[in-house]
Amino acid sequence: MGSAVMQEYDLGVIGGGVHGCTAALFAARGGLRVALLERGPLCREASGVNAGTLTLQMTRLALIPYALRAHAMWASAPQWLGHDVGVVVCDGLSLAFTEAEAELLAFRATKRREAGAPIDLISGRAAMAVEPGLTDRALLAGHCRVDGFANAYLTGLAFRRALLGAGVAVMENRPVTSLAREERGFTALTPTGPVRFRRVLLAGGVWIEPMLRWLGVELPIKVLVNQLVVTERVRPVMRCVVGIANGLLSLKQYPHGTVVVGGGWQGEGDRERGGVALLPERVVGNLRLACHAIPALRGARMARAWAGLEAETADALPAAGPIPGIPDAYVCGSVHSGYTSGPYIARLVAEHILGREPALPLFPIDRLLPPRGTQSPEAA
Amino acid sequence: MRRCDLIVLGAGPAGAEAALAASGAGLDVVLVEEAAAAGGQVWRAPAAASPPGLDPFPAEAEARAGAALRARLAASPVESWFGARAWSVIRPAEGGFRLDAAGPEGPLACAAPRLVAATGAVERVIPFPGWTLPGVIGLAAATVLLKAQGVLPGQRVVVAGCGPLLAAVAAKILAAGGEVVAVVDRAAPAEWLAASRALASRPRLLARGLGWALRIAGRRVPVHFAHAVRAAEGDEALRRLRIAPLDASGGFAPGGAERVLEADALCIGDGLVPGAEIPRLLRARLRFDRALGGWVPELDAEGRTSLPGLFAVGDGAGLRGQAPAVHAGRIAGLAAAQEAGRLDAAAFAAATAPERAALAGLAPFAAAMAGLMALRPGAVRDIAPETVICRCEDVTRGMLDAAFDEGAREVNQVKHFTRCGMGPCQGRSCGDVAAEIIAARLGGAREAAGFWTGRPPLRPVPLADLLGEFDYADIPIPAPAPL
Ligand SMILES: Cc1cc2nc3c(=O)[nH]c(=O)nc-3n(C[C@H](O)[C@H](O)[C@H](O)COP(=O)(O)OP(=O)(O)OC[C@H]3O[C@@H](n4cnc5c(N)ncnc54)[C@H](O)[C@@H]3O)c2cc1C
Repeated sequence: MGSAVMQEYDLGVIGGGVHGCTAALFAARGGLRVALLERGPLCREASGVNAGTLTLQMTRLALIPYALRAHAMWASAPQWLGHDVGVVVCDGLSLAFTEAEAELLAFRATKRREAGAPIDLISGRAAMAVEPGLTDRALLAGHCRVDGFANAYLTGLAFRRALLGAGVAVMENRPVTSLAREERGFTALTPTGPVRFRRVLLAGGVWIEPMLRWLGVELPIKVLVNQLVVTERVRPVMRCVVGIANGLLSLKQYPHGTVVVGGGWQGEGDRERGGVALLPERVVGNLRLACHAIPALRGARMARAWAGLEAETADALPAAGPIPGIPDAYVCGSVHSGYTSGPYIARLVAEHILGREPALPLFPIDRLLPPRGTQSPEAA
Repeated sequence: MRRCDLIVLGAGPAGAEAALAASGAGLDVVLVEEAAAAGGQVWRAPAAASPPGLDPFPAEAEARAGAALRARLAASPVESWFGARAWSVIRPAEGGFRLDAAGPEGPLACAAPRLVAATGAVERVIPFPGWTLPGVIGLAAATVLLKAQGVLPGQRVVVAGCGPLLAAVAAKILAAGGEVVAVVDRAAPAEWLAASRALASRPRLLARGLGWALRIAGRRVPVHFAHAVRAAEGDEALRRLRIAPLDASGGFAPGGAERVLEADALCIGDGLVPGAEIPRLLRARLRFDRALGGWVPELDAEGRTSLPGLFAVGDGAGLRGQAPAVHAGRIAGLAAAQEAGRLDAAAFAAATAPERAALAGLAPFAAAMAGLMALRPGAVRDIAPETVICRCEDVTRGMLDAAFDEGAREVNQVKHFTRCGMGPCQGRSCGDVAAEIIAARLGGAREAAGFWTGRPPLRPVPLADLLGEFDYADIPIPAPAPL
């Protein structure tokens, strides 16, 4: 480094998933000099390995208004992102096979409808007209015309191009080991040298918990280990996004022919090791459910399966806003169905950082922290 | 769930011997194998119903050894699960291993404190234009056709690639009455000469190798040393091949004269790559060893990986060939029995001493054979941009280079950018070449390019074979997420 003055960025974003990348992109377009530090390549954790479902029928009620706007963002990705992530907009069905599920579905669909999601309740027979691949055993279905999916593994490539185009200093393979608060700004330490910035956004997915600890803030983040299965390419067997009432199935076929089966069945793993193993009974349970819904799937071969980590706060609502007590520090993550809603919520956070009034309220984390003053400054 | 003392996955020479040795020492062993009988690739059993009309090939030493092994297994207490395609192996929280398979009559599962992985090697083909044409098959596939089915690969056959399988396949085709147009060998005569010094330590094998060579020479089959296939041509099936000379790096010699060979079948194999699927899936420590064929698990002298209770033996753990696999298999089986308390230290030492001695004696030969099959540094240099590398997903060399240019610096990122390796074979056939291409862009070190993270399933099993009989009410659906 010699005598050269270390460059100071206006904003340092730590964590290059869908939240960090979107916030960095809009902050840079808003005129800030932005550095994005990612310990691996961009979007290779949750944001690159998720099921890519852009659905309102699995979204938490409080997030419906955000998810609707986010869905519109994904549908118009070529305009704001500039690159293709294989977004398909299609109908979605949430199914009920038993009376109890029908009751749950009717209740939840009505609530989501009141929150703005265009969901109609239709009979199993009517659902078969919407989705010709469907079993005849569904009693009731929630039919939503705003649904769809993206190709999650293309997210990193698309954001990489967009971020470089917007002038963001993309620092991949650059793990941050600690963050020091200084009089005016922050210094992030990495094995390949420090990086300085005026403001910092922590966007580390399930790793937000250890990141906040750098600043002496204790925010417990639960780690979900979601299993996914993808089949080989098969002839068209379905055309919609298909789920079930309680949310534990997500199923769709990509234009190239593979079918992705998910729904949040839990595998083995943790923050330290990642998603290390899929539990075979749960793979089979998930697949039984999938084949029950779309019988033609039985003939497809399983091509690959994996498990990824998803973050959840104590109240399962996002951690998105300023970090209390620490000026110029922000957090963004733990968004349920965060691939769907992530771009919109991260954009709101970027607007807040740019000093603009966000169009919808943020989700500040004060609600999740012990009352101020009771937290020890030695927490780190 | 079948509980036992030891699971052995793969019933080739390494796995079958591990199972027999462990069972002989008193362990309750389950041996899982996807084929219908034990023997693996080298001692493959003839299919139960061979097609009529072809004379069975003369019984060779390999066929007799395979039959003997199958008889010993049948007479042992080892419980063999044949026709069982293992799709999942995990280390459950309660310890040990759990294996799930799609069996001939439905789903199967077993659990044990220890597991021996003996899943063998896969063939490498260095792609060239036309390598996906009908009529082009691997040397391994040709071996299956000849040994198990009694079928010739074609009327006019070219045998190409490298290593001892070349002569073996060519000789078998001749013995079965087929025509071998030519043998195209990546190795130069000097390399064979050097290797034959190691071969001299195994006179019987040397004799067999010479026998093959003489059979080829006796029929005046041309052998093109230091040559490789440059292109395969034909509209719907193979018609002709273009071959060209190689330089010392293993790439095509600049300005080398091309030759055209008319043929309707090409049997090609550019060496073998250790599968190492189980160590990779379970995240045991691996290391890259070009001489052993690629990424191999770190092993101790008894075949233990870095994970407690997990052993790896045979070509899947590093290319050494059939004879060393037998001894390594026995040592691992005995070591598992010792860990389980069935053998004391003295008995273990006595039982393994001859196996260790045999293994040491075979080492120079094994290294020479693996050396002939190792990927040469220049071998991927001349693959053209439009040539398909990943045939499951139609990914070309040009697409791999483009991914590198877009910032992908290791193979998992390349996979995300291109779908290379995302198909049903999970990169078993293209992975080594794809990684070599990326490594070359990084300056040569394969360690930097990495390897594809191991993912289930171990075999692309139809969903129907996993589901078993079920009612909707039996599906253990977890509680719903909050609204
Ligand atoms: C298997 C699975 C399926 C899912 N399916 C869906 C779905 O169908 N639809 C949907 O809407 N949502 C889905 N989700 C949820 C969604 O993927 C996540 O909510 C979203 O991607 C989270 O984005 P993120 O940016 O917060 O986190 P991440 O994408 O995890 O990004 C965090 C980044 O921080 C980096 N990082 C961590 N520590 C450091 C450090 N010290 N220094 C630098 N960088 C660091 C990590 O490497 C990582 O890249 C799924 C999640 C999973 C796991």
